[in-house]
Amino acid sequence: MEKSLSWREFIITRLIQTSGYSAILFVALIFFFLLREGLPTLSEVDAASLFNIRWYPIEDYFGILPLITGSLIVTLGAALIAVPFGIGTAVYISEIAPRWMREILKPLVELLGGLPSVVLGFLGILVLAPFLRVFLNLPTGLTALTGSLLLGGIAVPTVVSVAEDALDSVPRAYREGAWALGATKWQTIWRVTLPAARSGVLTAVMLGVGRAIGETMTVMMVTGNAPVLATKLGSLFSPVRTMTATIAAEMGEVANGSTHYHVLFFIGMVLFIISLIVNIIASSVVFRSKKRAERILS
Amino acid sequence: MTKFLAQNRHTVQRLGFIAITLMALLTVLPIIGTIIFIIVKGGSAISVEFLTGFPHDGMRAGGILPAIIGTLYLTLGTAFFSVPLGIAAAIYLAEYAKDNRWTRLIRLAIINLAGIPSVVYGLFGLGLFVLFLKFGTSILAASLTLSIMTLPVIISTSEEALRAVPQAFRTVSISLGATRWQTISRIILKEALPGILTGVILGLERAAGETAPILFTGAAFFLPRLPQSPFDATMALPYHLFVISTQVPEMPIQIQYGTALVLLVFVLTMNIIATVIRSRARAKRQW
Repeated sequence: MEKSLSWREFIITRLIQTSGYSAILFVALIFFFLLREGLPTLSEVDAASLFNIRWYPIEDYFGILPLITGSLIVTLGAALIAVPFGIGTAVYISEIAPRWMREILKPLVELLGGLPSVVLGFLGILVLAPFLRVFLNLPTGLTALTGSLLLGGIAVPTVVSVAEDALDSVPRAYREGAWALGATKWQTIWRVTLPAARSGVLTAVMLGVGRAIGETMTVMMVTGNAPVLATKLGSLFSPVRTMTATIAAEMGEVANGSTHYHVLFFIGMVLFIISLIVNIIASSVVFRSKKRAERILS
Repeated sequence: MTKFLAQNRHTVQRLGFIAITLMALLTVLPIIGTIIFIIVKGGSAISVEFLTGFPHDGMRAGGILPAIIGTLYLTLGTAFFSVPLGIAAAIYLAEYAKDNRWTRLIRLAIINLAGIPSVVYGLFGLGLFVLFLKFGTSILAASLTLSIMTLPVIISTSEEALRAVPQAFRTVSISLGATRWQTISRIILKEALPGILTGVILGLERAAGETAPILFTGAAFFLPRLPQSPFDATMALPYHLFVISTQVPEMPIQIQYGTALVLLVFVLTMNIIATVIRSRARAKRQW
């Protein structure tokens, strides 16, 4: 009895430990398979034509620059929406809203995070794009701007929840100190609470941007999918094509092992590395601020 | 200017609060609007035939049963792999792991998994499950891909739930002679269950609504029959909505809104269940 019990305990502990380490394994596996299928690109396509402005795979033009600028401009537009609205909503929920309002708003924002991106893309095609075409008098409503507006909505819940956590973790004494000195609630928010939470708010912004750059279905459905180099802000009002949309749209039609197939994996590798950098920086900011908070409290 | 602001600081505060409140409303109202809009537009498409019939006439008529069943299969398949693994990983982090380099690496890996774009998961699933392990475009390959994507949500929410159980529970159980695993399986897990369940459902909700990871790992454009085994490809609600709203010309708008509504109901139901479990557990909690 004693013995079998300790055996069971031993095996279960090992199983749990292995599961714990599995996350590392999965990240490594994902990176390995992206490298394995993506790196052959470098021997099949020379660097000059890879970083060219022409993406036309049928005739072997694999210039990924228009896809990169497409992703950048859509993400930039999304950030311009998600950052102010996300932080504004977080400030409202954490500092201003009465309790009952908070109880309604938080699940609603969470709900937005759970809405399938394909549903937003669908509404984008049927409602937002026609509206923007008429409203801005454009030849087509399927533009970078349409993508930015919807992506902004998709990134907002991420920004709100992380920024709200950051605001929440600012000690109450900071606010009380400011109030006692005669500052209004509004002054306290801008000069005390937000500055104290800035590393967390910065993390929120980064994760929101990361979420936007990786979003696929919505942008594929509403940005018009034209691989044109976006060089100026005016490109917001014309169709573009992002890196994610290119993979999603073309992977189904390529032959396994072809150059086109390898280039698509190469783009995936670039996306993976971008998200890796964003997340490592964001989490190191979190770790650092935590240490500082601990120092202050001790 | 500064002086003016200082003298009128109460007016400034009032205006500022109004502005921020408006921003919050502008963020939230479109969500409610979207949901109501789809319910109104899609409601008339819903009928017994729509929910239980097969599509015909090039999907321009009939029902969407295979897509509903497919999404159900994919969600269950995802749960099958990600729930045990995710909870076990959370137990490791909350109950066993020491705060050292390796544990920090695990946490970093989880954060990164959460940030990887969904279409990159699709590429990975294609490379590993479909081609390398030769599962083919199948429910199995798609479920495995989705479950790795869901894992970070399940791990982080479950870990939080486990950590919320007061230390006293562990101390008492161990002092009564229980082993560590007995303590975890009979005491801690039971107390943390509502929190874990909430996390699991929210994770699966995301998986059910995803399209990009299943594009090249398991989704089928059209199938005349239901999938018979885990090695069959399947139709799925999100992919079906994508197909009929972009790939099929002259698609009746009714069916598109109907499909969007069914997908929305599927996802919203999971979301509401999770919210209810969480708030009930909070109200009932005695520690």
